[in-house]
Amino acid sequence: MKLELRNITKRFGTLVANDSISLTLKPGEILSLLGENGAGKSTLMNVLYGLLQPDEGQILIDDKEQKFAGPGDAMAAGIGMVHQHFMLIPVFTVAENVVLGHEPTGKAGNLDLNAARKLVKEISDRFGFDIDPDAKIQDLPVGAQQRVEIIKSLARDAKILVLDEPTAVLTPQETDELMAIMRDLSKNGTSIIFITHKLREVQQVADRIIVIRQGKVVSEVSPKSTAGELASLMVGREVDLDTKKKAAKVGAETLVVKDLTVLDDRNQQMVNGISFSVHDGEILAIAGVQGNGQTELAEAILGLRKIHSGSIQVAGQDLTKSNVRQVLEAGVGYIPEDRKKDGLVGQFTIAENLMLDGSFGKPFANGMQIDFAKRDEIAEKLIKDFDIRTPSADTLAKQLSGGNQQKVVVAREMSRDLRVLIASQPTRGVDVGSIEFIHEQIVASRDAGKTVVIISTELDEVLALADRIAVMYRGRIVGIVDAKTTREKLGKMMAGIAA
Amino acid sequence: MKNVEVTPGMFSSAETKPSLKTPITLVVAAFVVLVFFGFLGKAGDISFVWSDKREAIQLPPFVVNSMLFCTFVGAVLLLIGLLSIALSLRGRRTPVWLIAIYSLGAMMALLGWLATEATQGVQMIFILGNTLVLAIPLIFGGMAGIMSERVGVVNIAIEGQLLTGAFVSAVLGTMTGNLYIGMIAAMIASGLLSMVLASLAIKYLVEQIIIGVLLNVLVIGVTNFLYSAWVDDDSINRNFPGTFEKLPIPLLSEIPVLGQVLFNNRITVYLMFILVPLLWYVLFRTKLGLRARAVGEHPLAADTVGINVGRTRFWWVTIGGMVAGLGGASLTLGNVGSFGREMSAGLGFIALAVVILGRWQPIYVTLGALLFGFTIILKVWANQVSPGIPVDFITMVPYLVTLVAVAGFAGRVKPPAASGQPYVKG
Repeated sequence: MKLELRNITKRFGTLVANDSISLTLKPGEILSLLGENGAGKSTLMNVLYGLLQPDEGQILIDDKEQKFAGPGDAMAAGIGMVHQHFMLIPVFTVAENVVLGHEPTGKAGNLDLNAARKLVKEISDRFGFDIDPDAKIQDLPVGAQQRVEIIKSLARDAKILVLDEPTAVLTPQETDELMAIMRDLSKNGTSIIFITHKLREVQQVADRIIVIRQGKVVSEVSPKSTAGELASLMVGREVDLDTKKKAAKVGAETLVVKDLTVLDDRNQQMVNGISFSVHDGEILAIAGVQGNGQTELAEAILGLRKIHSGSIQVAGQDLTKSNVRQVLEAGVGYIPEDRKKDGLVGQFTIAENLMLDGSFGKPFANGMQIDFAKRDEIAEKLIKDFDIRTPSADTLAKQLSGGNQQKVVVAREMSRDLRVLIASQPTRGVDVGSIEFIHEQIVASRDAGKTVVIISTELDEVLALADRIAVMYRGRIVGIVDAKTTREKLGKMMAGIAA
Repeated sequence: MKNVEVTPGMFSSAETKPSLKTPITLVVAAFVVLVFFGFLGKAGDISFVWSDKREAIQLPPFVVNSMLFCTFVGAVLLLIGLLSIALSLRGRRTPVWLIAIYSLGAMMALLGWLATEATQGVQMIFILGNTLVLAIPLIFGGMAGIMSERVGVVNIAIEGQLLTGAFVSAVLGTMTGNLYIGMIAAMIASGLLSMVLASLAIKYLVEQIIIGVLLNVLVIGVTNFLYSAWVDDDSINRNFPGTFEKLPIPLLSEIPVLGQVLFNNRITVYLMFILVPLLWYVLFRTKLGLRARAVGEHPLAADTVGINVGRTRFWWVTIGGMVAGLGGASLTLGNVGSFGREMSAGLGFIALAVVILGRWQPIYVTLGALLFGFTIILKVWANQVSPGIPVDFITMVPYLVTLVAVAGFAGRVKPPAASGQPYVKG
């Protein structure tokens, strides 16, 4: 089956998310759509899948024009999609999820779950997926959930499979497995559109690469291009992929975490008796697949989450039972993993966001009153120092791009007199240009003798920044290794296999 | 394929301790029964009367010393409570049937404690039969709640729908002289009211709780106004429907005790017998139900497989409203025989609590509603047999039970994930 998109344009208000994009997909090929976050890849695929209606342009399958009023039409035409956030119902079984929307029924109009089980089993066996049709989705590992998504599409005879950022939640090993599955599928005649911003994966698996930038197709390249070339195309200028850093000058032990156990909101043990210490002038990276307790660890250090047992010390001061303000006053800075949820108030201006953590005292406040002149002066300075691209300090935070929002958070945290910086996913959803800048700032912070902990699920980021790497798996630290450890070994540790 | 896999947010259940709230509640209540009704109870005899005088087969009454009986029951309850704790410590939940037995035991103990001075003994058929009849509006209300919450719409307006059903069925039933027309009209009226809720909530994304509250206030206002301005002027011709005839089912109604309680009833009760299993079947055994639950759990996922989220929600909420209308009709035509101001009296809200208590499962919700039916009849009956007990105390019981039950179950019950959340495309 041949797919052609012709001059697809999609606007949201004044923003042009897709600007006359055209592409073709040949039967059985793996086409990679490469682009930064916000480049318009997902919008394009949602148009293809019928979730969004294009403002202009046509979708053609085997040279016949198609109109998709909803995902149902797209599926009927043979298009399947594995979304970045899985479209599975956690409390349903695999079989129920797979047949949802096109259920086999028995004579009495009842649901024929046996037929559903057989269907899952058959597809699962064909590709060696090893999926139990009666398992509940919420009990399955992420990698398996993703395979359920693929089964779901195949069960509907999808000839074209769209994978939207499929590796974001996988361990390196799971990623390799997925690549193998993709090749298998394409050999069996399924065409695949693979959306990603990870260069390595594109080089590994794609037959062809289309680079999208700011809603436009910038070029079509072969997978033999180097990572540097691809990155430059993606960003639109020369990019230096390597963060430069000098050797660490390690000082005194500052952050000491001992036997820390933390529960989540459902009383499950998310951090399970872990201990580590970090020194001045050192970056410790906490690596691991998302959801292995990193979030809870960061929240516990900051005093946002109650500590079940164990202790946390900063420069000899015990912060185990401290509240957030006491922790901040002890000199801890925190870049949260979700800037929109925890890092910024979208409806506040940049100047207001920059003073959020200092609003109870000097220099921003004089007694009960905010010193507006001082606030604006500081804001102007930080906007300049941290290269925040904004029309003014009075612009609302939500109007900035992801990268610039993140710079506001980084600027606020780093402008205080810090002992310890905790940065959780400091560059998630941030453009490559801003990643470079934020990485430089983090390294500069280390070189100024601060204690730095970064928590990241991106192995590239971990390897670029870390002096030492601690890998978390299921609430425990699998091991703490030095920064020269190989990718393969780290991958294994991320899957819980101790080094 | 290797099986080493990382699992975000998922840790082995052995590491999670199940809540001890329910078992502890059970044990504490068992102690209350054992100590206050048993050891410190009343010395007299009680007599449980199982047969109506008119029945063909007469069962002998069960006569026993009140203290002895309550002590025995209290000890059994305590055992169940301890068993529940043991289960929890092993990481298992207390099964619902065990809780049902427990509730039954607690009720018997309460009856046995209250009725030492009752000259006619404890009239079991009267109590059980009325429990069922009084629970009917609650059960229909609960089913309406399940139907809308399962698709992700919080329906606070059940109270208003019950009241609408009660009013329309009484007035139209009287004016047409045909109670069945009254009943169907009640369903249509409540269905229409639900359509308002559904379209505002689904299409215009108005906050669901607020619409629900407004609809309730609106219905109270409108029915009160019509009642005093129009209905009350000529109640004989406007509000005097009477009730449906009792329809004893041949043979089944002859069974001792159960026959009288279950199979000698009005059509509203029989409709409940049909509706509850039917709803269970549709929800859990058909594709309609699978789709409805999918919409309530993860509307976007449902949308991506071609299910129309808005339409699904609209029709489930609307049909739920019709069921609530039937509940309203069962209040007037199935029990009281006429409409009274604000006669739903909070039943719609209790129905919502019962939905939580029954974990959005039709059968469990029905059991919960029966518990409330029992407390309502208890209030009436206890006042007759044991005038010494403060009425206010007994009146409190249903609400106390709700509070304890909802609090005890809170945390371990999981509502449909998308309940109350509007779905916006794109």
